[in-house]
Amino acid sequence: MSDMQTAAAPAAKNNTRTDRQSDREVVVTRTFDGPARIVFEAWTKPELIMKWWTPKSFGITFISCEADVRTGGSYRFVMGHPAFEQPMTFFGRYLEVDPPRRLVWTNEEGEEGSVTTVTFEEKDGKTYLVLSDLYPSKAALDEAMASGSIGGYPEQFNQLDGLLKSLH
Amino acid sequence: MVQYQSSVDASFAALSDPTRRGVLEQLGRTDASISDLAEKFHMTLTGMKKHVGVLEQAGLVTTRKVGRVRTCRLGNRGLDKEAAWLEQHRRLWAARFDDLDKVVDELKRKENSGE
Repeated sequence: MSDMQTAAAPAAKNNTRTDRQSDREVVVTRTFDGPARIVFEAWTKPELIMKWWTPKSFGITFISCEADVRTGGSYRFVMGHPAFEQPMTFFGRYLEVDPPRRLVWTNEEGEEGSVTTVTFEEKDGKTYLVLSDLYPSKAALDEAMASGSIGGYPEQFNQLDGLLKSLH
Repeated sequence: MVQYQSSVDASFAALSDPTRRGVLEQLGRTDASISDLAEKFHMTLTGMKKHVGVLEQAGLVTTRKVGRVRTCRLGNRGLDKEAAWLEQHRRLWAARFDDLDKVVDELKRKENSGE
């Protein structure tokens, strides 16, 4: 982990990087131009989460967003997509809430969901963020990859066309 | 890296079409001829040839002609499914984080203005 941080941290450009860290862990890293307390706040208040969690290019919108961001608290995100009649619900519990350094939550909408850990490391007014999804087993991560589901969204939600447009 | 990127892009372009995704799913189960696929997806032979051509360009499918029948099977790029998944995962988070940048800016401005 420390190797990866030293390698990625100097990149001042806001590049989002993804790596399969191990058989059962996928890590995303990114630097934000703001102090950790502010970046952390944006992950912990429903009215702020709703502003960024569902990117427009994915065509997904929030129907409701509840998040009791305390250790032991739970969250419930309900989302809609024009192509689907039924809304989708994402839910789980916060296992650790340590402001403004660390957030850990479960993803319980599917079987063998990952546990997500986000760390916020502040340096010179910027925040280096590491988001890790740890699956219960190699098979669980392989299965998630094989299903094509991304971030818990079924494959159809990934809106490849929208993504392609946002690429160029 | 550049080569990896362009091959991922070709894969994404190939995968952007639901019929082509269906063809890959089908070939994941068993090899098939172009006419099998055309029939399965209620499509003309010419239409299916085009789709298979795009998948072939992206390395997702290989074809082999035996006699008068062209058989399609999943290409070696099937092994890159993990890379494609990681790339999509990255794009999801990159899109979220671009919006999160705006939220962070907004909060910084509020803080600076003493609200």
